[in-house]
Amino acid sequence: MEARKNNYWVLLILKNTPLLLFILVFVGFGIFTPKFFSNETLTNIIRQSSYIGIVAVGMTFVLLTGGIDLSVGAIMYLSSVMFGTLLVNNYPLWVAILGGVVAGILFGIVNAFCVTKLQIIPFMVTLGTVTAGRGVGLYFTKSYPLHIPDFSKIGGIFLFGVIPMQVVIFAFIVLLAYIILSMTPFGRQVYAVGNDIEAAKKAGLNTDKILASVYIISGFCAAVGGMVLLSQVGSVQAGYGQGEEFNAIAASVLGGASLFGGIGTVFPGTVIGVSLIQMINAGLVYLQMDLYIQPMVKAAVIFIAIFIDAIRSDVLKRLERRNIRVEKTHEKAHAG
Amino acid sequence: MNDENILEFKNINKSFFHVPVLKNIQFELKKGHIVGMIGENGAGKTTLMNILGGVIFPDSGDMVLHGNLYKPNNPSDAIHNGIGFIHQELNLFTNLSIAENLFIDDFPRYKWLPLINRKAINEKTREYMGMVDLDYAPNTLVEKLSPGERQLVEIAKALSSNAEIIIFDEPTTSLTNRETQRLFNIISRLKESGKSLIYISHILSDVLQLADDIVILRDGEIVGKGKKEEFNVNKMISLMVGREITELYPYRKAEPTNIPVLEVKNLSQSGIVHNISFTLHKGEILGLFGLMGSGRSELAKIIFGLDSFEKGEVYIQGVPIEKYSPRVCIQKGVAFVTENRREEGLLMSSTIAENIGLVSLPSFARSIMRVLDNGALKPELQNIVKLLQIKSGDIYKVPAKSLSGGNQQKTVIGKWLLANPSILIVDEPTRGIDVGAKYEIFNILNNLAVQGTAILFISSEIEELMGLCDRILVMGYGEVCGLFERKDFNKEAILKTAFRENGNGS
Repeated sequence: MEARKNNYWVLLILKNTPLLLFILVFVGFGIFTPKFFSNETLTNIIRQSSYIGIVAVGMTFVLLTGGIDLSVGAIMYLSSVMFGTLLVNNYPLWVAILGGVVAGILFGIVNAFCVTKLQIIPFMVTLGTVTAGRGVGLYFTKSYPLHIPDFSKIGGIFLFGVIPMQVVIFAFIVLLAYIILSMTPFGRQVYAVGNDIEAAKKAGLNTDKILASVYIISGFCAAVGGMVLLSQVGSVQAGYGQGEEFNAIAASVLGGASLFGGIGTVFPGTVIGVSLIQMINAGLVYLQMDLYIQPMVKAAVIFIAIFIDAIRSDVLKRLERRNIRVEKTHEKAHAG
Repeated sequence: MNDENILEFKNINKSFFHVPVLKNIQFELKKGHIVGMIGENGAGKTTLMNILGGVIFPDSGDMVLHGNLYKPNNPSDAIHNGIGFIHQELNLFTNLSIAENLFIDDFPRYKWLPLINRKAINEKTREYMGMVDLDYAPNTLVEKLSPGERQLVEIAKALSSNAEIIIFDEPTTSLTNRETQRLFNIISRLKESGKSLIYISHILSDVLQLADDIVILRDGEIVGKGKKEEFNVNKMISLMVGREITELYPYRKAEPTNIPVLEVKNLSQSGIVHNISFTLHKGEILGLFGLMGSGRSELAKIIFGLDSFEKGEVYIQGVPIEKYSPRVCIQKGVAFVTENRREEGLLMSSTIAENIGLVSLPSFARSIMRVLDNGALKPELQNIVKLLQIKSGDIYKVPAKSLSGGNQQKTVIGKWLLANPSILIVDEPTRGIDVGAKYEIFNILNNLAVQGTAILFISSEIEELMGLCDRILVMGYGEVCGLFERKDFNKEAILKTAFRENGNGS
């Protein structure tokens, strides 16, 4: 009996590791730097995590099918270049946004075409399109940095005077993704494809269409994320968005998405994952850690978190395996 | 033409790479009838069903459904024409709920929103689950269900797509006796409600019990068909195999020795097994019988180091094993043919050669660079293929997944034979394979025992254990509840022992 009760708590903890990790890191940083608990810090963390959160939402779709999209950093760059170029040439804001989004979607279509029609594995496809995408961006900019006009910066815009604009966009995308994944036929079919693509084909699903859609969604999200970042920082240059694929993948996986597909959620999963990463970033700054050591520490923390996650699923599997016999030793011990 | 015929196969021919696999297949399924289809592995049953399901296409010949020509282009054509398949390996999405599995290809939506109408699918799911006696909430995840329950979900899924014709392909291989009985009740009920069924199985007595008509395939041809009253088990076997099988089991020539090679002492793991002790001798075939859920496969996994144990000791060749892992076990000469060859025993998309060589690669690695000595490996592989009579094309090109069940099982055994084990654990080696291949596998085991290998043979079929083993250990409820010597073998006594829930009373 006691053993079962213990199991219950272990199971509860293991099933909520992302959330617990989040609290652990939060409290941990808070103890070392009391300033960390301030309202301002929290707002900053949420604001800073918005753009990468948007990208990670798209990434979660791809991971759910068992694929991967390494090209999101390049998509962020390319669509921001498009967005910036249109603005600099005095096109209206909505045209610039449309241009950026279309660039991201086109990029996604290229990925989707290679994965479904050419049957190349997603890892190789997107590894290739990273270079191609950056190349196109460099060709257009001749590697000169682009500065966008002030009116298009959303860094200082607040909804109802309190909620930063990028957070509003992030929240909207999360809501949309949540509805799509959990309430629409397409969303459930994404989970089905990730669980067993052969069975999905036999069940009569158009798996190519589903696979193609997730890469296009990822392209769209990366484009939006890229433009949100640009409107925060104000300029785009050659290294823009580099390494963001790591953050996006880490955010999804920290939030509970499996690299093998079929498991993961956008809310709460990816949202927690992305906040966790941003919190680690911010916390290191607050700790006033040496700038040159920060990336190593950050990588180590993320690595440990993912490692804990890996052990977790192993332990979960063992705990949830069916028992053949009910041990009577406990009862006997009580009786005697 | 009889207007009762719901489905007719007319002169279906199919070849793969110029090798004919189906020749002039012609038979019909009547409405409200069950056709039992039997044949050895590789006889063409699966190919024929794949043609019916729109997975592959016939080279010539027609199918007629409800009196109209039926030419499916893909699996969803078959579904929409009211043909449902219950496959041997289930096609369910374990990460989704029962309701979602039922409606995955066609979710009911709200009129004004592209969202799934949860209320509607839950209601409908309850209705279909009622038809198959499944008592769960519609939003229960499939991964929480037992294999038998998952199969019922598959049937509910076929019913939900308005299937008029349902094909069962080896549905009972992973079911307990009780689940099988439950399935048969449901099958009878489906038949009464006017559904037409094709029932494919290697368990001939089941086919005789269920079917109205019987079709027997051999080497892609129909070698017998007719009313079930015209058949009996012996006739079915001789038609299937094409020769009279007088002996189902090889004669056990050798007497086992008294040299213990594997000793298990007081092995316990709470919730799984309790106080297991037994000894396996050189040259002995020790049967391990137990009903599904008795802990026999779990015990095998523990002995092979795949799962942990809390108490007890295991000795191999008299030496206690300290750091337990599959790797250590392999080094000490233990081999384990798991019950699930598709998922645990084979790399399905790798070639036969790669699969057979897998375990033994370290012993063919030469020099300090550990380069693989392919020259030495090749003749060894060919020996194994010849010894086990694995029937396939080029073993360096043909992937394991394209082999028939029997040849897949031989490939798994071959993998371990190449490692030259002194202890061989085989878990349900004959599951889902036909009579002929079964006999070959029994022969292989017998020959190994004669050469001195100690074999632990796990099975839920008492007859095969009684036919081949020197002693039978009976497990129930995670405990050893009896040990029978060959002279005391008695089906009834063994079953009684297995059913007795708990040896030490409570």
